[in-house]
Amino acid sequence: MNESETTLMEPGAMSSSALKGAEKEQNDMIKPSHARERRRRVFQRSAFGLFRIAAAVNGTALAIIIYFLVARGWRAINWTFLTQPPIDSMTKGGILPCIIGTLCLSMGAILVALPIGVASAIYLNEYARPGRVLRVIRLGINNLAGVPSIVFGLFGLALFVVLLGFGVSILSGALTLGAMTLPVIIGASEEALRAVPDTYREASLGLGATKWQTIYRVVLPAALPGILTGAILGIGRAAGETAPIMFTAAVFYSPSLPSSIFDEIMALPYHIYVLATAGTEIEATRHLQYGTALVLIVLVLGLNLVAIVYRARLRRRLG
Amino acid sequence: MMSFAGTGQNQIKEMDEFARKGRGRQRRERAIRIFFFCIALASITTLGLIVVFLFMEGLPIFAKVSVNDFIFGRYWYPTDEPPDFGIFALIMASLAVTTVASVISIPLGVLTALYLAEVASARIRELVKPIVELLAALPSVVIGFFGMVVVAPFLQEVFDLPTGLNLFNASLMLAFMSIPTICSISEDAIFSVPTELKEASLALGATHLETIVRVIVPASISGIATAIILGMSRAIGETMVVLMVAGGATLIPSSLFDPVRPMPASIAAEMAEAPFRGDHYYALFATGIVLFIFTLLFNVVADHIAHKYRQVGAATL
Repeated sequence: MNESETTLMEPGAMSSSALKGAEKEQNDMIKPSHARERRRRVFQRSAFGLFRIAAAVNGTALAIIIYFLVARGWRAINWTFLTQPPIDSMTKGGILPCIIGTLCLSMGAILVALPIGVASAIYLNEYARPGRVLRVIRLGINNLAGVPSIVFGLFGLALFVVLLGFGVSILSGALTLGAMTLPVIIGASEEALRAVPDTYREASLGLGATKWQTIYRVVLPAALPGILTGAILGIGRAAGETAPIMFTAAVFYSPSLPSSIFDEIMALPYHIYVLATAGTEIEATRHLQYGTALVLIVLVLGLNLVAIVYRARLRRRLG
Repeated sequence: MMSFAGTGQNQIKEMDEFARKGRGRQRRERAIRIFFFCIALASITTLGLIVVFLFMEGLPIFAKVSVNDFIFGRYWYPTDEPPDFGIFALIMASLAVTTVASVISIPLGVLTALYLAEVASARIRELVKPIVELLAALPSVVIGFFGMVVVAPFLQEVFDLPTGLNLFNASLMLAFMSIPTICSISEDAIFSVPTELKEASLALGATHLETIVRVIVPASISGIATAIILGMSRAIGETMVVLMVAGGATLIPSSLFDPVRPMPASIAAEMAEAPFRGDHYYALFATGIVLFIFTLLFNVVADHIAHKYRQVGAATL
């Protein structure tokens, strides 16, 4: 008895042995054998294990870096360290001028970048229509975000320090850092504006408000928390950068605190770099280097954590 | 009759007034729109200014050295008499650290992205994503410092090297700086692959892994490619890490543990000593041009991939 005949017969007329054969064949086609199934499952489990390991490596790297800085840096930190200027050619004393310098520079940078960044985001999200102009503007922002930090330093040196005559100063450094932070602010502000529901805009326009009134009175207030998150991230970014301020704002040592925006300044990241590579006593000042690094990451990671937690709460409220 | 006409005239007057107000409003709205447009041009203007000033301060070196000798010259002795301005070794060093860093960061970054988007539960994702973001937020000088004081002695001891400050150390540190870029952009791309595609694959009997490999990754490949290129761009342009841990020797690397001097390190280390508007100063700006062109190329390619091979789904790239 052959198979082709069986399949042509009425089901009821099929002999039991033929029925079994057909069923088996069907099973072979649809359900793979147990061995193969197990292999697929094992394969999947090991691949997912690999994914997990990759994620764990990142977490471990962060943990190791923070662990070393905290373990070796916390002893250097005391009241004197945080409130006194360095003494004895920077082998003793504190880092107060660096903390103040970094605060000045990052605040200055955000003062430059926030208004321009938010206004750019408003144009991109509220006014611009898709087309070539928008494409060019976006290409500009993406490429600005990709410019190496040292190239920003060169740019700041050539434009602000030399051509505009600001010299090595807080002003030059803040402008350079501001240019670098701009894409971060634009990105965060755009996300915040996008998250405002269109119904808000429609309601406002429907009541007879103009586009600008709608943006100013309705959209911006709703997007403000998101924009602030972006600003905090921007401050964190600016505070941690070294290369852009090397030629534009920072000095090894300054005997006095800055009194105007045209003064040169000490800064935390540059201080770490100088002590670790060019100081007079590199080994003897290790604890100061660790201490400064710890202060810097507490500042930067603290700002980022605030932004992350704040944003998570915002998203939960909106979504 | 009279009163009716009066009302009409009043009405016309009112409408005139209204139209005038409306026109005023319209004009103001247009002015505001143009104002915002001008500010939106700030980024591209800054980019343009960067190009102008790099070239203004960098091009004069080519009066002394030909472009060819500058890029392919083997010797970088800017302070010798006569000086040699050849940045081939610096370019090779930059490419070497970027390549080695990519070998580490691409698998780690993409696998972490797959883990976050496909495998991890919502709670773990909420925990791991901030970790990746914090890794991205670590100041480069801190990572460089860590590489100098922790990783370098470790490498020196384990591999019995003359110095722990070398190509491998720098690449390792750079890898962890570019992983967050690769991871977050890839994750965004993977996450936005439509669920229908995934469901269809699972319904056909594919396992989750098979679905990831055969359906999800191919659907988001342009986003992943963009992520990788932007990560590499971050690595080649990073300054503090290579300045502090790459070793600083101007030689074309022949081994993984050679000390090297990538372009950003050279600019950062030498600019302070270079006489203002001297040949050395011009040469460093010209090195900045080469570096800028590299990153620009990376970014333009990334942008091209993101737009041309528009991915399935709606990743915000």
